[in-house]
Amino acid sequence: MAQYETVIGLEVHIELATKTKIFCGCSTEFGSAPNTHTCPVCTGMPGSLPVLNKKVVEYAMALGLATNCRITQVCKFDRKNYFYPDNPQNYQISQLYLPIARDGFVEIETAAGKKSVRIHEMHMEEDAGKLVHDEWDDTSLVDYNRSGVPLVEIVSEPDMRSSDEVIAYLEKLRMTAQYLGVSDCKLQEGSMRADVNLSVRRAGTEELGTRTEMKNLNSFKAIAHAIEGERARQIELLEAGKEVVQETRRWDDNKESSYAMRSKEDAQDYRYFPEPDLVPVVISDEWIREVKARQPELRPEKLERYSREFDIPRYDAELITESKKVADLFEKTVELCGKPKKVSNWIMGEMFRLMKERGMEAEELAFSPENLAKLIDLADEGTISSSVAKKVFEKIFTDNVDPEKYVEEQGLKTVNDEGALKEAVEKVLADNPQAVADYKGGKQKAFGALMGQSMRALKGKADPASVTKMIKELLEEQ
Amino acid sequence: MKILELTALELSEKIKAGEIKVKDAVKAALDRAKEAEPAINSYVTLDEEGAYAQAEEVQKKIDAGELTGPLAGVPVAIKDNMCIKGQLTTCSSRILSGFRPTYTAQAVENLRKAGAVILGKTNMDEFAMGSTTETSYYGPTRNPHNTEHVPGGSSGGSCAAVAAGECFGALGSDTGGSIRQPSSFCGVVGLKPTYGTVSRYGLIAYGSSLDQIGPVAKDVSDCAAFLEAIASHDPKDSTSVERKDCDFMSALTEDVKELKIGIPGDYIGEGLDPEVRQAVQDAAKVLEEKGASVETFDLGLVKYAIPAYYTIASAEASSNLERFDGVKYGYRTENYEGLHNMYKKTRSEGFGPEVKRRIMLGSFVLSSGYYDAYYLKALRTKALIKKEFDKAFEKYDLILGPAAPTTAPKLGESLSDPLKMYLGDIYTISVNLAGLPGMTIPVGKDKEGLPIGMQLIGNAFDEKTLIRAAYTYECATGKQYEKMADIRAAMETGKEVG
Repeated sequence: MAQYETVIGLEVHIELATKTKIFCGCSTEFGSAPNTHTCPVCTGMPGSLPVLNKKVVEYAMALGLATNCRITQVCKFDRKNYFYPDNPQNYQISQLYLPIARDGFVEIETAAGKKSVRIHEMHMEEDAGKLVHDEWDDTSLVDYNRSGVPLVEIVSEPDMRSSDEVIAYLEKLRMTAQYLGVSDCKLQEGSMRADVNLSVRRAGTEELGTRTEMKNLNSFKAIAHAIEGERARQIELLEAGKEVVQETRRWDDNKESSYAMRSKEDAQDYRYFPEPDLVPVVISDEWIREVKARQPELRPEKLERYSREFDIPRYDAELITESKKVADLFEKTVELCGKPKKVSNWIMGEMFRLMKERGMEAEELAFSPENLAKLIDLADEGTISSSVAKKVFEKIFTDNVDPEKYVEEQGLKTVNDEGALKEAVEKVLADNPQAVADYKGGKQKAFGALMGQSMRALKGKADPASVTKMIKELLEEQ
Repeated sequence: MKILELTALELSEKIKAGEIKVKDAVKAALDRAKEAEPAINSYVTLDEEGAYAQAEEVQKKIDAGELTGPLAGVPVAIKDNMCIKGQLTTCSSRILSGFRPTYTAQAVENLRKAGAVILGKTNMDEFAMGSTTETSYYGPTRNPHNTEHVPGGSSGGSCAAVAAGECFGALGSDTGGSIRQPSSFCGVVGLKPTYGTVSRYGLIAYGSSLDQIGPVAKDVSDCAAFLEAIASHDPKDSTSVERKDCDFMSALTEDVKELKIGIPGDYIGEGLDPEVRQAVQDAAKVLEEKGASVETFDLGLVKYAIPAYYTIASAEASSNLERFDGVKYGYRTENYEGLHNMYKKTRSEGFGPEVKRRIMLGSFVLSSGYYDAYYLKALRTKALIKKEFDKAFEKYDLILGPAAPTTAPKLGESLSDPLKMYLGDIYTISVNLAGLPGMTIPVGKDKEGLPIGMQLIGNAFDEKTLIRAAYTYECATGKQYEKMADIRAAMETGKEVG
């Protein structure tokens, strides 16, 4: 079989984290009772008019600037016309002719090396409502809470060649948006969505193949699977001497396959035209400077600061700053306990292990830096042993327990009482005459068994060094 | 005292002086409406109960000295494309059957604050598309001067109601002449303000970039007072303009000395009815005698206004009317299978032929492959027309001409030939394309007794010059509403009009 190259471009929607909607004062809060965050504007009532939320422009500008785009200083809104009940006006206010930002790029890194992915343009638009189909009584209901929630759509050039690069690009965008504080980018809640445009061509050729667009991709895993599947499907077609049809396909995550939604011939004519209810947005040099000046510390600066301020390995710093959420957790914990190396160890070790084990995203982390700081102090003071500390961490990780109270309630403090220690070890030695004999006969391994038994008897609450000392003393006495 | 013969300002004075009660003014207008409606059909909704309730409220505030403005206590009517909370708002279309908004248009809100009492909602061409008020789902409105004739449109209900004494003033909307042309046909004073002067919030859009709400009144003074009351900067309308010069009543002065007036050659040339031409030229002469200079000039691009207008207005309308789909409010077809069939049947049954024609036209000019050739070209033409006016206003203080090529046609004459009907908009639509203020005042009648109007066009934000010239003309010739007294007298005695 011939060698094929995959060519991928992405259209990424990011929901902006403004408090109110793009064209009215309704709340953007997620998960409220249906149609409780609505007004005449976001339900498309006749006679209502949109008024642009300035914050949306600033967030979009911040995202454009952070991805090296050129800001369109006179930008306009356009209407995209299509009929669907989740779209109350039957047109969506978007930007076609003069989008807010253009011609940017982001740097990504994969196993294949570093590369730059170009951004074609970025535009602001309103989200649609949500349809709820009740199959029981064969009705459809619509919830307009999400209608009018601000979105930016980021359209890349077809610069990606593998699912690895696509994921790296998405992670980069997500990290940038999160660092800027313009979006939480939760794929599960739909605050970040990606449509994948993919074509294949014989390796070494320049001309682009016919592409398909894939929708409904709700996780990085789904995106990776969809890309692999679509690449294979297109190559199979070409190898069989057939043609790829330009169409929109919908990914079914359960079946792990895609099906055609509509072909190019059925493509809707959106009849875009300038939105007459809104005036052009004029962005002055000064406004751009203001937004730039307000830009929070992004990852490269953060990494640089970590190497100056904290004595932790570069590798740790890179992993910690990959997510703003983790970096914030790290910094706050260090501020509380003043032990950057120890904090980093907990994050790099136990926290990442538990996240991986549970398939969790950084955004889902729910414990407080106060509790981690307290735990580090407890372990440092020797109030709890290292093995107990790991168990307590897991409780903090899952239930955000206060470690001081938890240790107290569960009686997990290290046994420092000589008498109790001696009593426990004496019992172990008495119960294991064979091991004692073996050790005395020169078998060093037997000491390990006695040590293990003793720690178990003490429920891990003793300092291992003290236990070792006690066993040796008692053995010598015998 | 004959309440109905008073102007809005005169009525309010008498109410504030305690000579007339607000409820008596309301009663006089409602009685007249009950009498006239079978013949005229100005109203879609008459809100008798609501009107008396408002009258009581307003009376209390007047008595308490809280309401002292020039329009306190005046009964008015509102075109049925402006939303009023809890009141049926139909745009004279079947598709908005039963629609009661949860909000009130800002212009109506402003009028209420000024102490006006809202009697009801007036008939119009469906979605303001038409020049005769015959495309209404609720039947045509007839011209009070002769019921065989149309009142003009699309604000025909508002203009007929004022002319017939069924209210003391009304709000209309003007996208291509919809206040000025019916005002001309009905012999009343109508004004379309500079785009952005009156908030469009709550006005159900036809062509958003052209729509403006404006007053329809018995005379120039009333017109200035109504405009002053409704103009406001509204943060809810992004195209609303902040103006500090909305004291329009201050322009009610008799003074046109040194005023330079231009008459576009194309406005008094071919296609204009000779009687209308004569009346308009005579009116211009009156202003000249009062000290203005009048000359004809070449405006240019006049013939491109109609195609540019129908392209832009229809394009915007095709999108603005998409929301009427049977999903959320208004009419929904009874039997349907699936979503698309519901959309199709609802819209086919809910919209009338003129609306459908414009939706199709608008959808076509916006469709891919045609956008540049039609819509974009129309936008460029619009910009060029604006430039032509800018050039004219370097030389003239105002532009004068007719409001329509003829007096009111008979019912049924226009709809059979829509193209001819569109051509009737020739003198009014450029004003909307250029966003300028325009005003119509009655200047006489033709031999059949149908009113003739004169249109005055001002530079952007210069309504005051229009009002000043119109007021000067009115003072020089005697108030037009007094000349109308005969038709009102005819109706008062219950005689058949016509």
